Amino acid sequence: MASKSVHSNIQKLVYKPQSSLSRRRFVMGAASAMMLASLPFTQSVLAASLRKGLTTLSGRMFDLSIDYQTVNFTGTDVRATVINQSIPGPLLRWKEGETVTLRVKNNLDISSSIHWHGIILPASMDGVPGISFEGIEPGDTFEYNFTLGQSGTYWYHSHSGFQEQTGMYGAIVIDPKDADPVAYDREYVVMLSDWSDEEPESIYAKLKKQSDYYNFRERTLVDLFDDISANGLVNTWNARSMWNKGRMSDRDISDVTGYTYTYLMNGNTPEKGWQGLFRKGERVRLRFINSAAMTIFDVRIPGLKMTVVASDGQNVQPVSVDEFRIGVAETYDVIVEPEVDNAYCIFAQSIDRTGFTYGSLTSDQALKPLIPPMDPVAVLAHRDMGMNMEGMDHGSMDIAGNGDKTMNMNDMDHSAMQMDMAGNGDKTMDMKGMDHSAMQMDMNKVSSTGLGLAGYGSNNEIKHISSEFGPQVDMRAASPRSGLTDPGIGLRDHQSLYQRKVLTYADIKGLTPTLDKRQPSREIQLHLTGNMSRYMWSVNGIKFADAAPLELEFGERVRITLVNDTMMTHPMHLHGMWSELETGDPDFIPRKHTVIVQPGSSISYLVTADALGGWAYHCHLLFHMPGMFRKVQVKNA
Amino acid sequence: MNTNPINRYPFIAIALVTLVSLASVDMAYGAETDDPLLTKVMIDEFENDLSSNSTTSWGAQAWLGYDLNKLWIKTEGEYSGGDVIDAQVQALYSRAIAPYWDLQMGLRRDLKPSPSRDWAVLGIQGLAPYFFEIDAALYVGKEGRTAVSLSTEYELLITQQLILTPEIEMNFYGQNDPDVGIGSGLSDFGAGLRLRYEIVREFAPYIGVNWSKKFGNTADYAREEGEEDSETQFVVGFRAWF
Repeated sequence: MASKSVHSNIQKLVYKPQSSLSRRRFVMGAASAMMLASLPFTQSVLAASLRKGLTTLSGRMFDLSIDYQTVNFTGTDVRATVINQSIPGPLLRWKEGETVTLRVKNNLDISSSIHWHGIILPASMDGVPGISFEGIEPGDTFEYNFTLGQSGTYWYHSHSGFQEQTGMYGAIVIDPKDADPVAYDREYVVMLSDWSDEEPESIYAKLKKQSDYYNFRERTLVDLFDDISANGLVNTWNARSMWNKGRMSDRDISDVTGYTYTYLMNGNTPEKGWQGLFRKGERVRLRFINSAAMTIFDVRIPGLKMTVVASDGQNVQPVSVDEFRIGVAETYDVIVEPEVDNAYCIFAQSIDRTGFTYGSLTSDQALKPLIPPMDPVAVLAHRDMGMNMEGMDHGSMDIAGNGDKTMNMNDMDHSAMQMDMAGNGDKTMDMKGMDHSAMQMDMNKVSSTGLGLAGYGSNNEIKHISSEFGPQVDMRAASPRSGLTDPGIGLRDHQSLYQRKVLTYADIKGLTPTLDKRQPSREIQLHLTGNMSRYMWSVNGIKFADAAPLELEFGERVRITLVNDTMMTHPMHLHGMWSELETGDPDFIPRKHTVIVQPGSSISYLVTADALGGWAYHCHLLFHMPGMFRKVQVKNA
Repeated sequence: MNTNPINRYPFIAIALVTLVSLASVDMAYGAETDDPLLTKVMIDEFENDLSSNSTTSWGAQAWLGYDLNKLWIKTEGEYSGGDVIDAQVQALYSRAIAPYWDLQMGLRRDLKPSPSRDWAVLGIQGLAPYFFEIDAALYVGKEGRTAVSLSTEYELLITQQLILTPEIEMNFYGQNDPDVGIGSGLSDFGAGLRLRYEIVREFAPYIGVNWSKKFGNTADYAREEGEEDSETQFVVGFRAWF
């Protein structure tokens, strides 16, 4: 029975644009069935024989090859590019303190590369063609060699063209030199990814020709009638008016959706389902890696609390959650402790709810988990444009690219405004009761004080510089919110609706004290920009091809503040150095390599420029990356 | 300029050959570029008049270029009773000037009706607030000829794949040109309503209705030729792009 329900669920939940209505009905109907399988079972064989698991290579010397290979995930044979003949590539198991050598042979007919994501190493070993090395030419072998100064969960992938999205990625686990502060009895890597039979170049071209090509969730006449009957004509008109004036869609969550993507867990489609075994009472460590090209996942295991113990490979103070969002390229390690024999569903739904992948954590190989329905799709709110909409004058909003730099503050309801005056550790401040006439002055004072204290984020005012104005940018967030406490679109109401605690960045604190406790000597404000309808992406309105490198002085402590002037969620990855996220506790700043920037939000982190050379810094959504990219050059003073 | 030997062979063929040859330019996609050279060919309308089933009309556009700079080809026309009655081709350089707007300039040639007319074009094309697609252009020809064309279109999604498209088009001319049957002022106004079903994004058959009316001297010229000054057509056709 359980197995039957698994398959019927998949058939109905796999994304088909034409069936959105029936799918929605199904989701609602299936909510009552959202419970765990509790079938009787026999004591299973807990041998290491894991169905469809990852191949593990360990040691200090590795031979990897990059090849073309025919794969079939959807019923169609397609050419993939693979590392050691598999998708994902082998799991590389290293040990902290050791020096590893990786000989990578390129058997493709074009240049290739492998980048070791999140590993702190010399620039020449980072594997980014054009920045840290030349790339690996067809037939050549490149020897990577570096010493591991860290432990934890990481991954690797091609950094050449769009090769990663055709299969070139794999997991890395580095065991700590000393005793692991995280105790566990069993562990699994859970690698999430997306697969399309379409060539990535073709997907990219389609997006340039019609940017909503993959979006089959646009507003329709049917929605309009529903809204009018529910909210009345005037309210419906008002709610739609701003989006329509701005020529934007509040249903624009993902550029590339389940229409073309099949979501994989450890290389398995939802039809196959990956399986990991446990014995009741064990502490199981799950090392989640998002190695997708374009898909941000929301992960939960119905029936199990997850204790987050590491983020981007770095140990954090344990936080118990029910759900977390994992941006492309991020990693999270969680501990689960199933106390009864069962089959638990490790459920990873895409941010736009156009598909999911799942695996089972089961005490018996024969048991199948019940797959929960996907959550409702998020609709973007006005706040996702970086606007506080309470009583605001819509006419003054700058989303049309008309060059209007200032916001009309007169019509704003000041009492409803939540201002982030960081530096005092208070993330939001209630403005009620303030002397509004003095506010303009106070704001100027705040912005002129310059840098906030290390750990608390930026105090600087948000400035949209001249390069952000032009046909290449269709939106600027006038008053971005702090992205720290925001679980993200589609997750914000999960606590109230389902009593699910969702991880936010504000919950993450380093396990060990902050190493570099200096104050930042300067702040770099970078705006993530784009024109969705032309499918152009950039930083500060300038695409990579036209941008000068960002220069850091060796040894300096600098704050980077990212402002998201788009309605997409961007996972930003700085190579070579840690991004120390300012979550409000200067003593335990967590270290990350990839940081999600929520739409219309800003977020700050500190960087110690301790790695000489040229480094890549970019959005990890691979179709945003060509434009939304900067070279970072760390130079001696 | 009226010596073009366009006789019985449908103009459609020439227009399509131009468009297809544009599309055959390989996508020069380098690994590190965010802005590859791309082409898009859009057959916005290719339809048959059901009432007089011998009339076929087309409206198509194609571009070749980059995010902000493109070469556009636009063509529209009508084929009836074995002959091209009406045919127009434009070649334009298009430059993005705002997030949703392109400025376009170039040449237009009216091949039919004869004699052909040439124009310099300055136009604007883009998406207005509330998602109205706008195409407006000013034309300047020889012997003091001027013209303005305006068209707007709206896409109303009934479902994700069933789309209703109202469309309005009008043309103004600066002076009379009796040789081609054009009078000064508002010469013609057209309104269309098409309901298409996108089988895939790239291909959608549709049914529709077109109403068009000629005004002023243009209407007089038409009546002199024994034509009606207004017309209602029920059409079936397809929209496609690649």
